[in-house]
Amino acid sequence: MSAPAIRKFDAIVVGAGGSGMRAALELARNNLKVAVLSKVFPTRSHTVAAQGGIAAPLANSTEDNWHWHMYDTVKGSDYLGDQDAIEYMCRRAIEVVVELEHMGMPFDRLENGKIYQRPFGGHTQAYGSPKMAMRSCAAADRTGHAMLHTLYQQNVRANTQFFVEWMALDLIRDPQDGAVIGVTALEMETGEVSIFQAKATLLATGGGGRIYQATTNAFINTGDGLGMAARAGLPLEDMEFWQFHPTGVAGAGVLITEGVRGEGGYLLNKNGERFMERYAPNAKDLASRDVVSRAMTTEIKEGRGCGEHADHLLLKLDHLGPEVINLRLPGIREIAIKFANVDPVRDPIPVVPTVHYQMGGVPTNYMGQVVAPEGNSKEAIVPGIYAAGECACVSVHGANRLGTNSLLDLVVFGKSSGEQMNKDINSMPRPQRNLPKGAGEQTLARLARLDSAKGGERVVDVLNDLRRTMQMHCGVFRFPDDLVSGVAKMKAIAERAARTYIQDKSKVFNTARIEALELENLVETAMSTAVSAEARKESRGAHTRSDHPERDDKSWMRHTLWYKEGNRLDYKPVHQRPLSVETFEPKVRTY
Amino acid sequence: MRLSIYRYDPDKDARPYMQDHEVKLDGHDRMLLDALVKAKAQDDTIAFRRSCREGVCGSDAFNINGKNGLACITKLAELPEHVTVRPLPGLPVIRDLIVDMTQFFKQYHSVMPYVINNDPPPERERLQSPQDREELNGLYECILCACCSTSCPSFWWNPDKFVGPAGLLQAYRFLADTRDQATAERLDNLEDPYRLFRCHTIMNCVDVCPKHLNPTKAIGKIKDMMVRRSV
Repeated sequence: MSAPAIRKFDAIVVGAGGSGMRAALELARNNLKVAVLSKVFPTRSHTVAAQGGIAAPLANSTEDNWHWHMYDTVKGSDYLGDQDAIEYMCRRAIEVVVELEHMGMPFDRLENGKIYQRPFGGHTQAYGSPKMAMRSCAAADRTGHAMLHTLYQQNVRANTQFFVEWMALDLIRDPQDGAVIGVTALEMETGEVSIFQAKATLLATGGGGRIYQATTNAFINTGDGLGMAARAGLPLEDMEFWQFHPTGVAGAGVLITEGVRGEGGYLLNKNGERFMERYAPNAKDLASRDVVSRAMTTEIKEGRGCGEHADHLLLKLDHLGPEVINLRLPGIREIAIKFANVDPVRDPIPVVPTVHYQMGGVPTNYMGQVVAPEGNSKEAIVPGIYAAGECACVSVHGANRLGTNSLLDLVVFGKSSGEQMNKDINSMPRPQRNLPKGAGEQTLARLARLDSAKGGERVVDVLNDLRRTMQMHCGVFRFPDDLVSGVAKMKAIAERAARTYIQDKSKVFNTARIEALELENLVETAMSTAVSAEARKESRGAHTRSDHPERDDKSWMRHTLWYKEGNRLDYKPVHQRPLSVETFEPKVRTY
Repeated sequence: MRLSIYRYDPDKDARPYMQDHEVKLDGHDRMLLDALVKAKAQDDTIAFRRSCREGVCGSDAFNINGKNGLACITKLAELPEHVTVRPLPGLPVIRDLIVDMTQFFKQYHSVMPYVINNDPPPERERLQSPQDREELNGLYECILCACCSTSCPSFWWNPDKFVGPAGLLQAYRFLADTRDQATAERLDNLEDPYRLFRCHTIMNCVDVCPKHLNPTKAIGKIKDMMVRRSV
């Protein structure tokens, strides 16, 4: 393979979902030379699938303010979220949502012309009172689609330079000080590898929810940024925390928004009982997602599931009437008819908890700067590299994310990363650093191995085993023996993933090669999850262990850091001190 | 089931050909995409785009038994035992089922697909009544899958000059937005023998749209606006 071409930019954004495109807009305003790399056309990014809304305390329908939103987010995180970052996000929510509206995002409207807002799980008034806050700003049940297209449109207007169907493969670091000075990337149409050199590189690659067999996530959610970071020696934070969304369509995995329950829908077991009343007497079906998913799993385990195999529950919404369903939940109706063969105007939708969101990721501060332990500091800034969105762990979601906080996370931290990158680039000397000797060789070696392999493991077999293993060993409820054997199985799978073989040797749009490369990223994502989960001997948020059923703040109020090399673990303290207000002290978490 | 898939790899094939694949379905396979993924598991050289697998990202638009549609929401139960899958018609094929969509996106970009409002932005949201917002329904939901434009004979003949149904649907989405101030500029942009007026209301676009949108109706409304401003 020939030496890669070198392309020089001021900044690189890897990923063109919500956070990447929000950052790109910020960079465009500073007249920088920016490249946005995406392995799919921007509007195909997974942000498009978000449904229910984006959180902001606009108070258009109920009294609200950022303090309440902050409290809900801290409590929702089961006190693992960093309170400085959470304050930062909640305080900027109104600003970024209003900006989206000004950009043309087609929010639904109230009679007075303001943005329509609906209730969502865990969002309350007055610091957890039984009264829910209407905080979720919605465009029907297609909020992510409306947001992603709006951000793309603004980037068209700003003349952003997109490299569409270019897959970033590895980070390039300067051996002198560890600074990231670019990435390697594969142009899918030609099979050519280039080096993209830049003063600042943002990872905005989304999550890796494809490590599970049953997932709401798109095929493309393969943890690419996590793999890149892990291979470059950076840690991954809090990877044991995966959100199971209570309402994936049973058997299909496709998401049914929590907005259904926000609009007044509720869950039933086989006895027709509204069982959430037993688990969360106040918030009921609008408790946090971890709480609802555990309740549902318990109902199924105790034999109160529905259907022939008693393996799912029912989401009832017909009482909302066709008018509300068609106006506020039209996409859900379409999905239910297509994927569950039921029309929710008449019949309930069969649902099960389904993996949906990765709370962990590449560790950053709230300006998007990647931070890692070095010397005496647990959070030294790694120069040149930033991360935002689902691939980052800021950490605002801690051990459990609230619905509608993900879209907010994308735009707040997409914007703040862009601002920080602008600042950092302006303060750097004009010329680019020299590329180290052998830059890109790691990537070329990976590709050369795939191209020359004459036999080995089929990618699809390894992938299926990986997904099955994570589903069995790292689910809603976790058991010590399963966690230990899960790590062992993952180690065997990682070895197999290093011996994959593909039949397709073509240069042109070789999707077999792409899937093999994605598998390597999924392995890092899954391995970090299994190892981190096995080690955390408590139950917190989405991580629930049978042998340690309680939260243990004394030993475990800390973030996990996993390193690829030797599967090493490290820990760092939670930022319990906010920026300007009093700390929300950990309490028993009930809804 | 039997899948006949259009194959072409410029790296090794002199010309395209159709290739049959027998795929064993089970209860978990609901959609055509499931069958294609199974075929690819048997033969990893089959190339196609896919992502969300729920009909919102617009990646997996193909010509399925002669009609454009999204594989991920095309039910196997509603297809015959033998299914022929070809790339979207009218666009250059890069490989197998993957087409070059440059021309399609160029037309989309040409309609100024963003709200233009030069007033200083207010501190909070711009107001819009629910009735005015409703005007955007049936427009903003487009997923840019290109099923419509690549089923349109006018787009086949003049993909460089005729904006096509997808681009025109979006042109109207911004004309219909009460927050937008560039109506005159937008109509000027389409005032041309080709860009708008090559639509001959054949309505293939309406027939194939997987999101049940109606580009022909939107195009009619743009034509109305043109007429109204000229009288």
